[in-house]
Amino acid sequence: MAIASLKKQQKELANAKRQLQILSNGIFGEGELPYFSNKIKEAGCFPLRPKQTEIFQMNLGYMCNQVCEHCHVDAGPDRKEIMTRETMQQCIEAVKNSKAHTLDLTGGAPEMNPNFRWFVEEASKLGIKDFIVRSNLTILRANKKFYDLPEFFKKHNIHVVSSMPHWTRGKTDKQRGDGVFDKSIKALQELNAVGYGMPDSNLKLDLVYNPSGAFLPANQAEMEKDFKNALLEDFGIYFHQLFAITNLPISRFLDYLIASGNYEDYMYQLVEAFNPLAVANVMCTNTISVSWDGYLYDCDFNQMLGMKVANKIQHIADYNEQLLQDREIIISQHCYGCTAGSGSSCQGNII
Amino acid sequence: MADNTYYNPKDLRKFGKITEWSEELGAKFFDYYGKVFEEGALTAREKSLIALAVSHVVKCPYCIDAYTKDGLQRGVTKEEMMEAVHVGAAIESGATLVHGVQMMNKHDKLSM
Repeated sequence: MAIASLKKQQKELANAKRQLQILSNGIFGEGELPYFSNKIKEAGCFPLRPKQTEIFQMNLGYMCNQVCEHCHVDAGPDRKEIMTRETMQQCIEAVKNSKAHTLDLTGGAPEMNPNFRWFVEEASKLGIKDFIVRSNLTILRANKKFYDLPEFFKKHNIHVVSSMPHWTRGKTDKQRGDGVFDKSIKALQELNAVGYGMPDSNLKLDLVYNPSGAFLPANQAEMEKDFKNALLEDFGIYFHQLFAITNLPISRFLDYLIASGNYEDYMYQLVEAFNPLAVANVMCTNTISVSWDGYLYDCDFNQMLGMKVANKIQHIADYNEQLLQDREIIISQHCYGCTAGSGSSCQGNII
Repeated sequence: MADNTYYNPKDLRKFGKITEWSEELGAKFFDYYGKVFEEGALTAREKSLIALAVSHVVKCPYCIDAYTKDGLQRGVTKEEMMEAVHVGAAIESGATLVHGVQMMNKHDKLSM
């Protein structure tokens, strides 16, 4: 279990350029596996271009109370990048003029941003159809000042999407840290207590599963059944949907893949599982991702790789949805993670 | 290193190539293989655990790699995996030991 971010440890892979080099050299550079661009050319999908923006995703900062081994953000308590209220205000203006039906807050732990509650209160007035907060669950139990968050979420009709790598303690704690499982269970029970995730409740509680290791997620529907049975039987917990998300080979997960000697095999798995049908629905085609400092990206992964949108509009202060539509989506070999099998996105499978 | 061993983990990736030297039989095999592992009276998860146990009994390192990963993907726990291996081991040792009856029969027949 990591205790500090790659950045804090001054590891080579804290550098986005180095990650991109690794992803383009080796098995790809030598031609053993095809570049993602060539693969989607074969499928007639190159260049990838955006459709209507439906999801406006904001990264409120890289600070987090956890240091998960697979984290693509390299988040942790030592990360100080935090979105300011000024940038949040600019996001509100952008959403007002956007056709997006979903506002998606992520991090780090978005709740740790000092302006989080202010923002949720303001943004919930915008009448957005689906207002998501991606909560790591343990933050709800990390400090007394967060204990009322389930009620706060309820008040603003927030759709809570939470990470839960497994229904057993061992697997969860190995990926996310000692004690994470027990705290997560307690947080889920508290969300259930205010109505979140209950069978007929409108208060949506979905869980995100991502594999705790160098393998791909199995069938989302089957996993949902297993999670539902186990969490209900063992802890009396209800939730709505399970999103199975593939770990993309960047940041801490890439560091893990290389250190454990799994990198090549994992990339082979991703390439072999390439599904042309998934390309049409990859999330970068209907999402815009805003970083803590207001820059715009095709997705949260490109954000972490420092690859801004290929457009003259690159900052939220200049946001113009129409102009932004006219761009090519920037890709690299990490994109294979979103096109493997049934596809993967922040909303789980895409086909 | 890999050149000096009979088993190379990377060869598992080339499994599909066996079809190249006998297209008809290879295709029939993979078609059959795929069908066997589909959800049926047994769940795909149960089949994966059976495959893991058999992989150990036939001592196929490729199969062990493949079905350990398959189990992880299906959320199979390490406790379940180890129990499956023991089921295979129990049958295998039982198969050895039940021949002990043959030994006893032969012993008694030959002895005065």
